[in-house]
Amino acid sequence: MKVTFWGTRGSLASPGTDTARYGGNTSCVSVQGDEDTLIVLDAGTGIRNLGQTLSSALNRVDILLTHLHMDHIQGLPFFAPLRRPGVEIHIWGPASTTLSLDSRLQKYLSPPLFPVSVRELAADLHFHELPTDVMEIGEFKVNAQLIIHPNPTIGYRIQSKNASVTYLPDHEPALSGRTFGTDNAWTSGYRLAEGANLLIHDTQYTEEEYRKRLGFGHSSIRHAFRFAEISNVKHFAPFHHDPTHDDDTLDRMFEKTIRDMRPSYHVTPSREGLAIEVHG
Amino acid sequence: MSQQEIEVILSRHLAECLAMPIFIVNPDGDLIFYNEPAEAILGQSYTETGTMPAKEWTTIFQPLDAEGNPLAPEDLPLMIALREHHPAHKQFSIHSKDGVARDIDVTAFPLIGQADRFLGAIAIFWESRK
Repeated sequence: MKVTFWGTRGSLASPGTDTARYGGNTSCVSVQGDEDTLIVLDAGTGIRNLGQTLSSALNRVDILLTHLHMDHIQGLPFFAPLRRPGVEIHIWGPASTTLSLDSRLQKYLSPPLFPVSVRELAADLHFHELPTDVMEIGEFKVNAQLIIHPNPTIGYRIQSKNASVTYLPDHEPALSGRTFGTDNAWTSGYRLAEGANLLIHDTQYTEEEYRKRLGFGHSSIRHAFRFAEISNVKHFAPFHHDPTHDDDTLDRMFEKTIRDMRPSYHVTPSREGLAIEVHG
Repeated sequence: MSQQEIEVILSRHLAECLAMPIFIVNPDGDLIFYNEPAEAILGQSYTETGTMPAKEWTTIFQPLDAEGNPLAPEDLPLMIALREHHPAHKQFSIHSKDGVARDIDVTAFPLIGQADRFLGAIAIFWESRK
């Protein structure tokens, strides 16, 4: 399967010359199967560019939302296939205990926050609430589980016949307490990440920043590398870069962490436009 | 290795931060975690015992009712919360492994996660007011 990064930034879109290499668009990743099934992970501002590349012959897209924080849904109404009649768009994501998924999304997709409501979109929309059991989307089996991040947040594992990708863009496994790194059964996200061929995971903070933002729902870069280690993944793509970290800062963060921690897995920091072929 | 549900992981984390004895059981009634204050009641540490089957942990502290009769495991608040999916509260006495007899209040409530998933139950112990 082919994994392409359309937006790698966390919290807030941050375009500019100093973020051009890693990119300024917020979370969006596409997963294209060998039999052409297309899954879109999150609908941050990066989804607009993805939409421009899709064929007009496309008849189905599945968008898997991890949660409904703005940096993960802001691009949704700008996704071109939503304006095409006859295209089936399946949106998967968490309900809350009191509101359905579509009601929660309509809070954003309605005036005064946005001029067009969900009902006015031309595509054939279907909403699916999570978590649920393993679901099948085309050639993929998808496992969706709650993970540690404020408000209901889902992590995904996408499994093809011979490879797996785990997507945990906003995740603070260190909040699992003193069991983090020592007892995998008590570590958030472990079940999704165990042995994955590619792990895409939150590395928003430096260690110093993390100490000041404990409980915000994001990981320090070292915690993320540690999580990848205990999960025995093959390839790790650090993701959800903090908007205050420019390209040079990110280079330094990743180089230092790789030098200090000597990971046993391959590391490719995610950046806009990066495509990775994932094999078993 | 299987992983605990996220609501259970966060419940354990909260329990580890509190000074009240807290017990967490899974839907089968097995004691999957108890915190340090609860260790004093059981007279054993979680690190040593790990998960304990329901038959074992429900008798370990010898619960007695107001007349001094043994309290059946199914009458413990935690087991009621587990069975009825409803909170339960009871006052009784225990004789724990540390040799101390205590009058205690126990409040138990079911743990129901997102999408109405039933995940077990939690009990909090208090020493009764004299």
